[in-house]
Amino acid sequence: MKPFARLLDALIFTPARNGKLALIEDYLRHAPDPDRGYAIAALTGDLSFARAKPALIRGLVEERVDAELFRWSYDYVGDLAETVALIWPEADSRADAPHLSAVVERLHRAGRSEVPALLAGWLDALDSTGRWALLKLITGGLRVGVSAGLVRTALAGFGKVEAAAIEEVWHGLAPPYRDLFAWLEGRAPMPAVTAGTGFRPMMLAHPLDEADLATLDPRAFRAEWKWDGARVQLAASGGAIRLYSRTGDDIGPAFPDLVAALAEAGPLHAVADGELLVARTDRDDLAPAPFAELQQRLNRKSVTAKMASERPAFLRLYDLLFEGAEDLRGLAFGVRRTRLESWIARDPRPRIDLSPLVAFDTWEELAALRAKAREDGIEGLMLKRADSPYVAGRPRGPWFKWKRGPLTVDAVLMYAQRGHGKRSSFYSDYTFGCWRPRTDGEGRELVPVGKAYFGFTDAELVELDRWVRNHTVNRFGPVREVEAGLVLEVACDSVQRSTRHKSGVAMRFPRVSRIRWDKPVEEADEVATLERAIPA
Amino acid sequence: MTPHPETWLTPRPEGLWCAPGGFHIDPTRPVGRALITHGHGDHARSGHDAALATPGTIAIMRARYGQDAAGSLQPQGYGAPIRVGEVDVTFVPAGHVLGSAQVRLAYRGSVAVVSGDYKRRPDPTCAPFEPVPCDVFVTEATFGLPVFRHPPDGEEVGKLLHSLEVFPERSHVVGVYALGKCQRVIALLRRAGYDRPIYLHGALQELCDLYVRLGVDLGDLRPATVADKAALKGQVVLAPPSAIADRWARRLEDPVVALASGWMRVRQRAKQRGVELPLVISDHADWDELTRTLADVDAPEVWVTHGREEALIRAATLQGRRARALSLVGFDEEEGE
Ligand SMILES: [Zn+2]
Ligand SMILES: [Zn+2]
Repeated sequence: MKPFARLLDALIFTPARNGKLALIEDYLRHAPDPDRGYAIAALTGDLSFARAKPALIRGLVEERVDAELFRWSYDYVGDLAETVALIWPEADSRADAPHLSAVVERLHRAGRSEVPALLAGWLDALDSTGRWALLKLITGGLRVGVSAGLVRTALAGFGKVEAAAIEEVWHGLAPPYRDLFAWLEGRAPMPAVTAGTGFRPMMLAHPLDEADLATLDPRAFRAEWKWDGARVQLAASGGAIRLYSRTGDDIGPAFPDLVAALAEAGPLHAVADGELLVARTDRDDLAPAPFAELQQRLNRKSVTAKMASERPAFLRLYDLLFEGAEDLRGLAFGVRRTRLESWIARDPRPRIDLSPLVAFDTWEELAALRAKAREDGIEGLMLKRADSPYVAGRPRGPWFKWKRGPLTVDAVLMYAQRGHGKRSSFYSDYTFGCWRPRTDGEGRELVPVGKAYFGFTDAELVELDRWVRNHTVNRFGPVREVEAGLVLEVACDSVQRSTRHKSGVAMRFPRVSRIRWDKPVEEADEVATLERAIPA
Repeated sequence: MTPHPETWLTPRPEGLWCAPGGFHIDPTRPVGRALITHGHGDHARSGHDAALATPGTIAIMRARYGQDAAGSLQPQGYGAPIRVGEVDVTFVPAGHVLGSAQVRLAYRGSVAVVSGDYKRRPDPTCAPFEPVPCDVFVTEATFGLPVFRHPPDGEEVGKLLHSLEVFPERSHVVGVYALGKCQRVIALLRRAGYDRPIYLHGALQELCDLYVRLGVDLGDLRPATVADKAALKGQVVLAPPSAIADRWARRLEDPVVALASGWMRVRQRAKQRGVELPLVISDHADWDELTRTLADVDAPEVWVTHGREEALIRAATLQGRRARALSLVGFDEEEGE
């Protein structure tokens, strides 16, 4: 574990691409099999095993450290894995630190109930960097600034082969990649290319900067609606059907109704890219329900029959990566799209439909369509170059996401809480409210409608923090209640009904869009304004 | 009856005030009579009428402030009590930087110890901390959260030496505070067997010379002339923290930027500083040292200042001690780190 932990730690601090490549190649030269293969899989997001939820990790640490001291520390550090790694008591004598491969293989076999004891034992045996790496690994978010593409480049550099050769064999291989290393070290021939139900790293889009539209040729692009669901990759081979999330987790087990419906219609052999959505039950066609309905299902690992019938899931496909064993990813998007359409026409399945193209000639025309789109399930537009091959990662240029304009409300700042990490000395998390008539009929009262952590500049944060400190009326631990005296213009993607909030509404992705130092609080919006924005 | 220290030792806007002695400890504004725990800028200010400190601290104040250091500077060695007003004052080594002292104050049978800044691990450049029994222990809490646990110095210096091996062509610019950290890092490198010349940013020269004059061996030190980039390839260059991110360091060829500080323990903080090689080397006690010191000193009452008070107060309370925050203004958490 130690060499792997050192590698992750060094990668985090090394800004330059060449430096990162050198570090990975150096690691590959020194680490043994199967450790290095698992390390590669960890970096590319291709490992799968029983993950540990943050709550489990908190539980373990609170058995060992005073809860109050832990809370203050977490508040300061801002990252759970790092806080726990740093605060975990050092054992007087350590057991031998486990190898990365031992950790991965043990977790792979482990049932969910075994994870806490395994994790605690390893944390006792590791030093703080090792603990940090282990926790990052087991919670599934390494975030060390390394893309799968960069890892493959490092593999190419290590084996002195072309990067394209790595790309070609990559998807047929599985961790710990013994055949790959045997080939790269000249001990075996190049592994055969195969299809199957493995996860293929997804192609991702950059947010569109509208100023860039002038430089883009509308004729070179195709547009689709951007659906407000969860991006998934359907990988089916014979009887096996997987639904991979963007991070490569198989979420199929949480959607047995969908998987069963797909399988019932006969063997399926393809890899496709699309949106996982919940269908409205009051319509006969597949019409997306609000995101909150899908969220209900994404939050759980297993599903009841009731949940599955009230919130039936379906797939809306927009790309085809493999048809049978044929790899289409090198083809242009326009070609893949035609293949997708004819494949769906030839072999229609319940719970699958096609995400239609949005026809347009000019960007102005498309902008107008985007502005009008307010119905459920549409988050904006996707722009894809017709000539773009499907490549892993987030290349700049071929794909853009163009989200629709946000809703805004004027709300009143009610509570402020200290932030995390570098913001831990500032009151940077704001709860804001809107007006509603008091139940006793006497005038109006403020009720919280949401919480926002961002949208302001660092300079504005300093001003907000000062305002909070000067207008505090009450303190509850890290939270300050402030007097009703400042209006924040808050933008959000949508408004939903909520039973958790006293106001009965919840905003999706709220962020502070402007600080209205000028606006009297009496002129802030009413809860009723938000209710009107809830999709029917 | 012996008076409780809270009746004769009180926080004031300008610093901790001892009425029966007629002096302040580490005041942040010029006062009549000051006791100075150590030479860091947030503790030793200039312009007092009279200042009492260890000979090492006085030498540092003279080097930093010249003739303006104070109206009169009175040296007082470790361990020997001296009467100031009605109070017996004794300086005790604090292990923080050269000359650093805790102040033991005894007044009518009641004893308070003001730690100043301190650490517990061995430092080749200064005398080690000594725990002193007392009724009230006034402790710093710069690293007063359990996430701050400084690794062994040798490991951190090892990281620097390893990086020199991996990147033999790159200058390694290490940010160090001019007083204490700079000389300690040099001494640690020498201990680890690094005997090549070490290059110094101009702002570090004077205090290194002073340490050498006071008998601390630092080996071959040379001025870092940025103009001569080629000579600095693959060398260790020490510079003040403010210089490692600015144009001065960028004029070097593809430098590895390191920073030696206890704050480097938290990755986000290290990244924020643009550091590529964080070295967790601190002249302040880490959490384990702070809590161990409370146990070693074993005072029934603890006043916490200079950092993150709340967590250390909690730890003291869990040890069964009375504890409270002592609100003093004007201390800088980055100073000396
Ligand atoms: Zn200090
Ligand atoms: Zn200091």
